[in-house]
Amino acid sequence: MSLEVENLKVYYQTLRGDVKALDDVTFGLNSGEIMGLAGESGCGKTTLGHSLIRLNPPMKFIEGSVKLNHEELPIWDMEKMNDFRFMKISIIPQYAMNAMNPTRKIGDMVSDLLRSRGLDFSATLPELKRRLEMVKLPSNVLKMYPIELSGGMKQRMVMVISTLMNPSLLIADEITSALDVASQKAVAELLVEFRDQECCNSAIVITHDISILYQIADSIMIMYAGQLAEKASAEAIIHAPRHPYTKLLISSLPKVGIKHTEKRLPGIPGKPPLLLNPPTGCRFRERCPLAYGKCLEAPPFKEVEKGHFVACWKEFEQNA
Amino acid sequence: MLRLDSATKTYHIGTFGGQELHAVNDVSFDVGDGEAVSLIGESGSGKSTIGKMILRLLSISSGSVFLDGTDISTFKGDALKEYYRKVQGVFQDPFSSYNPIFKADRIFKIIHDEFYPQVRDDEWNERVERSLKDVGLNPEHVLNKFPHQLSGGQLQRFLIARALLLDIKFLVADEIISMLDASTRIDVLNLLADLKSHGLSILFITHDLSLAYYISERAIILYRGCVVEMGSSDKIFKTPLHPYTKMLMDSVPRLDKKWSEGEGDVILKKEQPELTNGCVYYHRCPLAFGKCLEKPSSVETEKDHFVACWKVINQNP
Repeated sequence: MSLEVENLKVYYQTLRGDVKALDDVTFGLNSGEIMGLAGESGCGKTTLGHSLIRLNPPMKFIEGSVKLNHEELPIWDMEKMNDFRFMKISIIPQYAMNAMNPTRKIGDMVSDLLRSRGLDFSATLPELKRRLEMVKLPSNVLKMYPIELSGGMKQRMVMVISTLMNPSLLIADEITSALDVASQKAVAELLVEFRDQECCNSAIVITHDISILYQIADSIMIMYAGQLAEKASAEAIIHAPRHPYTKLLISSLPKVGIKHTEKRLPGIPGKPPLLLNPPTGCRFRERCPLAYGKCLEAPPFKEVEKGHFVACWKEFEQNA
Repeated sequence: MLRLDSATKTYHIGTFGGQELHAVNDVSFDVGDGEAVSLIGESGSGKSTIGKMILRLLSISSGSVFLDGTDISTFKGDALKEYYRKVQGVFQDPFSSYNPIFKADRIFKIIHDEFYPQVRDDEWNERVERSLKDVGLNPEHVLNKFPHQLSGGQLQRFLIARALLLDIKFLVADEIISMLDASTRIDVLNLLADLKSHGLSILFITHDLSLAYYISERAIILYRGCVVEMGSSDKIFKTPLHPYTKMLMDSVPRLDKKWSEGEGDVILKKEQPELTNGCVYYHRCPLAFGKCLEKPSSVETEKDHFVACWKVINQNP
């Protein structure tokens, strides 16, 4: 296990009380694993990604533990986390398009970044150039301003910067959502190549686009309303999902070759609960077609098959 | 019902406006009654520019747009207002379509004041509620709220409801579902399909091919402002002919096929000057040959399937 997260709770502090964006999350990540993290907006997937690297206020750490390579991460401590950020754990932020300083040349910005970590830019330069080669960017981009690059190029540049120190864990937050299909494919495939070339050990890819995850991820974890619903290999999530939410989510995806006149896809009726005062029991209960009495209790997140975790009483019943 | 005839949008760029950039280059197509046509292309392909020209948000550089045989650029004053009664648009980011300091239902009030001043208030409120129900919203839950209190999907449906109040014939839907979640996405898409079956014509602008196929009968593939392939969506999706369309089809993430099983890699764009004359796809095309330095014209290879590519033209003389 490269990453172990146990009973992690992260709430947002608001005037009206705590918003339980991440409630009792437990999962592990194997070395070399690319895990996809998917769910509707507001389900807590970005909160989970960010809580592993930087707890921005009003995010508040409540309890739980995070271990990276058996070493406890002090995620509640802004200062102490500085030793880990960028070196051992790194993030490609959402809207990486705007992640670079527009007033600095890209090379100068990277040099500033390295200096802030006590590293030497000229010593890192050959490796930086090799990485740029890998993502097919010319090395003169270092002398350019971010505005001179296209969206896909900026995204690739940020990928190179984020992984420069070969972090153990890379968090990629919605890195493909703003791109066209062709650049989307290129960026997604680069992520796999980065892992294969050991530019990062394992990765968490956060996206709402499950079909991209099927292409690149080893495993997929589905979140719903701040809790985990299901985690399994990508193959199993797509072709043999067990949680009713995952099933509905997969069946509502339009695929090439399906027309509304031939086959009308169903949506998921209702909407996710507010996390200020989430309902007790299973949080998907109100929208679930299979809900029954037992669902008034919160289901545990249990392994029902090797590597296949699910939180649903119906599933447990069938496998009992 | 709506026809574009060699529509072109040219921008002057460079310090003194000496260079020309063709954002939309000689595009012609038509959209019939109750038909949904998809406009597919990458960012910078000019797909939104076409939508904005139809909505008269941008002027046309040359060529024209006809609605039921009348050139829309001639509309002024009351005639233009009549035009907007029939043709409306909904855009990608629902949050930026509202003024955040007013309640979201102000958009309905504006329609009332501007277009239907003779309708009494209680009758108007009834119409608003009916139109909200048509788009699958519960009026009690969504009226009298500020934009930030509603979700993206709700705001997007609000905008469609607003367009429906006007009894429109033609809707320009510019990337209206790319910001929505998978579960709400399909609801909005199904709503468009229902409206279409009641006779609404839709220009569906998107970069997502699976959504385009789900909703539309015909598709137009744009690359750098030029139409490279056009025709019935069945033909384009099942037998794509242009190398660009083929590359797009291979790049779509699918649930039934992994990328590694497909052939053809994405060729990352190298920044190169546009050919002044010649195929727009020349620099990225794996099949490009000498002839491609001339501009290919669009030919009909089979019924309702047009392609602009020399390779294809040579195979089907």
